Formats: sequence, structure tokens, C-alpha cells
Amino acid sequence: MIAYILKRLLATIPVLLIVAIFVFLLLRLTPGDPAAILAGDAATPAQLERIRDRLGLNDPLHVQFFTWFGQMLQGDLGTSLISNTDVVDMVAARLGPTINIALMTIVISVLLAVPMGVIAAWRHRTWIDVAVMSFSVLGFSVPVFVIGYILIQIFAIELRWVPVQGYAAPTDGVGAFFSRAILPSLTLATIYIALIARMTRASMLEVLGEDYVRTARAKGVRENVVLFRHALRNAAVPILTIIGTGFALLISGVVVTESVFNIPGIGRLTVDAILARDYPVIQAMILLTAGIYVMVNLVVDVSYSFFDPRIRY
Amino acid sequence: MTFARFTRPGLHRLAATLLAGGATLLPAVAPAQEDETTLTAVMHSGLRVLDPIITTAHITRNHGYMVYDVLTAMDENFAPQPQMADWEVSDDGLTYTFTLRDGLTFHDGAPVTGADVIASLNRWGARDSGGQFIFDVTESLEAPDDGSVVWTLSEPFPPLLEVISKQSAVPPFIMPARVAETSPDETITEYVGSGPFVFNESEYEPGVSVTYEKFDDYIPREEEPSWMAGGKVVNVDRVVWTSMPDNLTAMNALAAGEIDYIEQIQIDLMPILESAPGVVVEMRDPLGYVTIGRPNFLHPPFDDKLVRQAALAALGQEQMLATMQGDPEYYNVCGSIFGCATPLADETGAEIVTGGPDPERSKALLEEAGYDGTPIVLMAPTDVVSLVNQPVVAAQALREGGFEVDMQSMDWQSVVQRRAQQAPVGEGGWNMFFTNWMVPEISDPLINVMVNGRGDDGWFGWPTDPEIEEMRAAFVAAGSPEEQKEIAVRIQEHVMDNVNYIMMGEYLIPQARRETVQNMIQSPVPVFWNLTKEAE
Repeated sequence: MIAYILKRLLATIPVLLIVAIFVFLLLRLTPGDPAAILAGDAATPAQLERIRDRLGLNDPLHVQFFTWFGQMLQGDLGTSLISNTDVVDMVAARLGPTINIALMTIVISVLLAVPMGVIAAWRHRTWIDVAVMSFSVLGFSVPVFVIGYILIQIFAIELRWVPVQGYAAPTDGVGAFFSRAILPSLTLATIYIALIARMTRASMLEVLGEDYVRTARAKGVRENVVLFRHALRNAAVPILTIIGTGFALLISGVVVTESVFNIPGIGRLTVDAILARDYPVIQAMILLTAGIYVMVNLVVDVSYSFFDPRIRY
Repeated sequence: MTFARFTRPGLHRLAATLLAGGATLLPAVAPAQEDETTLTAVMHSGLRVLDPIITTAHITRNHGYMVYDVLTAMDENFAPQPQMADWEVSDDGLTYTFTLRDGLTFHDGAPVTGADVIASLNRWGARDSGGQFIFDVTESLEAPDDGSVVWTLSEPFPPLLEVISKQSAVPPFIMPARVAETSPDETITEYVGSGPFVFNESEYEPGVSVTYEKFDDYIPREEEPSWMAGGKVVNVDRVVWTSMPDNLTAMNALAAGEIDYIEQIQIDLMPILESAPGVVVEMRDPLGYVTIGRPNFLHPPFDDKLVRQAALAALGQEQMLATMQGDPEYYNVCGSIFGCATPLADETGAEIVTGGPDPERSKALLEEAGYDGTPIVLMAPTDVVSLVNQPVVAAQALREGGFEVDMQSMDWQSVVQRRAQQAPVGEGGWNMFFTNWMVPEISDPLINVMVNGRGDDGWFGWPTDPEIEEMRAAFVAAGSPEEQKEIAVRIQEHVMDNVNYIMMGEYLIPQARRETVQNMIQSPVPVFWNLTKEAE
């Protein structure tokens, strides 16, 4: 197992290298000029040219790439072309809110969706099943910002239980954190509950028809034990896959929710950087996202063996 | 069988428990801004660039007015007033002596000296177009002692005080000499000013929020505040600027009392705020903005004056402004290229665009010009809300006026890069784009970059226009406001005839605040001195 994990970790190096080269070249081919964003609308072409020189944007591509790559190998992701701030610090400040909201979303989603999927499969073709599936379709269909606005209207404006917007770190107090994180997490959870509940239901339906389930029931094992210990464990592999992918998606692409709830996360950082063509920040964010996907996939793969003893590495 | 655990009464109990638990866990939220010593404002954009000299971004200029002070400042009558310094002008108009007032200190405790002023003016002069004019005729800029600065010119420059008092886009903020000695093409890395607020670097998150603390050692002038001039008396301990990318969220936050002020309100969301208790919606920027179209003079068909005139005839301000703003209360049909509420306002020759569109006239002019039907490339940004509508309306109006139009959608960054291309249209060039300016940025011929006629050295579109350059030089030399006005009218006439740019009218953006925030100053730049805040 350890050898497998090491092998997978080593395999991330070429993956990230390819991503780094690809992203660097793609950004340079994309129209845009960070110097123009920095200088503003009234800057003359001559002023822009001088700023480009200072920022190193007029250097040959290979010089720019190796400068950036050399810095990266030393753990330095460079400095934002626009705000002149260290990119590592910028990303670190924005990562916390995104990870915390993503974790809360996944916890809510798993706690609600897995039982929903299990019950829907168990009560296949009953009103419960129809209700769960209907919720799933709704969860997929309603845009995330609509859900966000509805939750804000009910819980922040009408009931005034929670603030409309903003973020507080857990270190600012558990109450402050939960009161601000609950609505964005619920908003995001809607789609993941739908996704995970459907996947759980489909996997469970497959497993519930197996001989060992019939045998367990014939032996008089209690139904909840049959469902959650025997069937769910065997149905876990696809569910884990979808949870892992969902988590990675949450880390990399929750910009709409971050905007609606004014959360200073990495989704907004990435979009702002792209709009300003802030190359070092965009490069760092894409590398980070690629790294998160690789690591989440590794964790998911390793966790398979805990649920399914037949899987060995 | 354990289904009983999931029966309907069981689910009801579970839901009730969850809700009750939730209600206990999440106590009713009190307004976040009960603290009368902190004012939280949602600005039009996140602050990302902290150097107010290197950029013309409005948010950075606003930041500049918080942290830095200026030698002289414009009041509501467009008249320069003393701020950090009083001045004397020699009889021949060649020597300006500025005397710093007593007690001026930087946030690090060091006194403001003449050397700081000189370094700051030099850096500003290298960046600002108005400043460049002055430095073109500067013989020397010296500090005979710590408390004064002598600016000697080789020829008179009567609007010098107006230029250094301007409020936009790059005012000459005074920084410590060690900071101001940074190259004008590099951003500064130390943020020490002598203004009424201290920048809190440890709480700064680029693009997200910025915090300013009251500068206790700041000594305000005794005069009443008027626009950027007068006494800057700070009555709150902290001002926090935050950016909210979603306008609706900002409005909900203001209605809920979580923030105190929104700098710009989206017109179509106004009804939400107007009905919210405890919220005041108002216009505190009396001048507003203009939206303009800029043709490219380098390539056909807009290298032909008749074709530019045809475009002018094809476009109508009312049509454009109504699409942009909707509510006539928030726009003005205005033909003055220097804005309609400024001292140089004049609408001579503007009937064609204020009364338009006139597609028949456009077609006649195109026929006279021999326009061959080559499509004009109109760049249309899709990601800047205030610039989305103009190209769409213009494209249709131009088509009705006889033009073939190739409207190309792209993000603003692509517009920014492409508009700098002087190549022919087929090789990555362009024919027309639209942009917006604050009125103070176009209010006279020295500031307004679109009346620059220096060809390649000018602003995008690059008209080579010796006639307008002569008039600008005459404006600089003009000895009286009356003479300046007379020259400005000639420039207005010339621009309407030559179509250096197409003035598409003025629009206004309202602001909103909690009722607890009082005494905010009317000004084209949002300022946070003078205001008071009471607890909710």
C-alpha cells in the first residue's frame, strides 16, 4: 500500500509539469494585457510599454517560463502583477474559506444524501423513492444562485437567523463561523445531495438484489444492519468516487456561491485573476486545482480498500 | 423490521428537532454595524493596486484620497483651494511658491518637507498627462527650506493650479521622498501618507477588503469641506471598504444593517432599496459619467471625416442612454464634450448627436464619402456591465445609417489589448469601441485624452490633428477663464466637425447609505471625512 501511494505521488510530478507548461503557454496565447489593467484606461501606449518592460512581460517566452519555473521549484509562486502581493500569501488567505465551506457542504451532503439514497432504494418505487428522485431532479435543475437567494430571503432577511453575507473563520468563534457558513453550504449541498442520493440509490439497488442480502434477511438480520452494514458497504465504491469528485469540484469551482454570499474564496480569486490576466495568480490556481484533483483521486482510490477488502494495491 | 424509525411522525420529530437545534445554534443576528466607530462601505470595485500614481483606476484614486493629502484641491466651484499648502504666484506668472502649513506629518511620524513634495510631484509629472504639460515648461522645482517649494517655469502656464488640484484621474498625492523616488513605471511598496486615514496593511486583502484607521495626528484645515477642499475632519475610528461582486447581495446586506454604505447602485435594483426601512438612496456625485465612442483614425473607413460624421449622425444619445440606464432620472442628453455641468460646458454643434439618430443623413454622408460597404469592426466587451449595451445599440443604429457592422464580442481584457493594435483591421486591428469616463476626467482640454491630437503619441484611435493641438496650446496660454472658455467652445466645434470622439451623453449612478450615517459630503469622489455615524 505504501509503495502504491509513493508511486502515485511520484506520478503527480509529470502531471503537474505538463499542466504547468500547458497553462503557461495557453495564458500567453490568450489576448489581454496585465499592464493595461495596472495602468488604467488613460495610459498611453508608451507608458504601457514601459510597464510591460518592468513586469518582464516583454522578455522572451522561454525566459519568462524558466524564471517562473525556477521560482516555483523553490516554493515561490511569484508576485501578483496587479496587486504586487506574494501569490502564496494570496492563495493561502483565500484557501481557508473555500476548504471550510467545501468540507461543511460535503458533510451535510453525505449525512443527508446517503440515508436518502439508501431509503429510496429500500423503498424502491414507493412515494419515498419518487420524493427522493424528484428532489434530485430539482437539485440538479435549479441554478445554485437561485437557491442561494431563496435561502437568504428566508433565513437572513425574513427570519434574521443568520447574516446575509460574509465569512468568519472558525477561529473567530464557532457561532460566527456556522452562522455565515450554513447558507452557502446548504446552497452548494443541494446539488451534491441530489448527485450523491442518486448514486447511492443506483448502487444500493444493484446490491440489494445480491444473494448475500437475501441470505442476511433470511437469517433474520435486522433491516437497518442489512442496509447500512452489508449493502451500503458493498455499494460504497461509486459513492466514494462521486464524493471525491464532488469535493474537488467544490474546491475549484464555487465562484457563483462565493459571489452570492460574498465569501473571499479561491473561486473569486481565480475569476478576478483571469479577468485581469494576472498570470502568476492564474498559474498558481490552476496548478493548485490540478494538485487537489490528483490528491483527492489518490485518497478516494486508497479508501476503496477500506470498504471493499477485495481491492488491494 | 425497523421502518418504524422512519415513519412520518418520526420524520416530523427529526425535522422539528433540527429546526429547534438550528434556531438555538444560530441566534437572531443583530446588525453588524451597531458599532458607531467603524463604517463599512461597499465600493464599486475591489482595491488591488495601492499606487495612486501608476494607475488611473478610480478605486485606487479613492484609496489615495484616504491615505494621502494634496497640495491644493478643487472645491465645488471648480476653484483650486489651499490644502497642504498656500501659494503665491509671481507677477510674470513664472514662479509659484508653495508654503506648507504647520503640523503636517506622515503616518510614520516624520514631518512633511519640501523634498517630499518635490519627489512626489516629479513622479506624478512623469505619469499624468496634465503633469507632463507642466513639466514640459518647468525650469526648476526646488525646496529652499523644509517648509516651502518653488516651482519656476520657462513660460507662463496659467492653469497650473487647476491641473495640480484636479480630482481625477491621477491627482498629485504627496508621499515621503523615499517612496516617491520609486520609478513611475513600478508600483510603490510602502504605503505611508499624510492624509486623514492610515492604511492598515495587516488587514488588507487585495480585491476583497481594505481597512483604514483614523490618523490621530492629522490636523484638518479650518474651512468648511467642499468637494476635495476644506477641512477633512474624521469622526469614525475605522473605515472598512469591502467589495461585493453581487449587487443584490450588497443591497440585502445594507437593508439588513450589515454594511453602512454602497458607492454604486444598479439602477434596475433600485426598487428593493427604496422600499427598505432605514436606507437612504441619493445622488452625491453631482457630475456623473459620460459614455463615448472612439473611432480609429488610422484605417478606412474612419480615416475619412465624412464617414466619421456619418457615424455621428447615425447614433442618437437618447436611444443609447435609455438602453443603458432605463430611468430618465439617471441620464442626461448632453452634447458638451467637456460635460454639461462643468465651467467649459458648451453644446455648440452637438444637435446632430443630441437630436439624433438621423439615418438618412448618415446614408447621404456615406454616399458622398464613397463608402464601399466594408464592415466596420466594433469591439463589444461582454464582461463589464456598464459597457455591454453601447456596442449593441450602436451596431443597430449604424446599420440603419448605412454601415456594414461586424460587432465582435470579447472580454474587456481583449478589448484593452486589441485597441492598442495599430495594425489594419484584417490584421488584428479595429474600427470603433466604447468606453466611459467620470466627468472630471474629461472636463478640460488638458485632462481629456480624447482631444489629444498627437497621433501615435496620443490615446487609442490616434488622430493626428494639428489644429486641435494648437487650440490646446492656446488654452494653456489663455490668461483668463473667459479666454479659456472661448477656446473650449472652438475645440467643441472642432470635435463635433472632425468627430475625434462621439459623445453619447451623461449618466448618473446613485449611492445608498443607512440612515445612521449622516453628513456625507457631495463630491465626485466618495470621501469618508466629515461623516458621522450613530448606533442603529
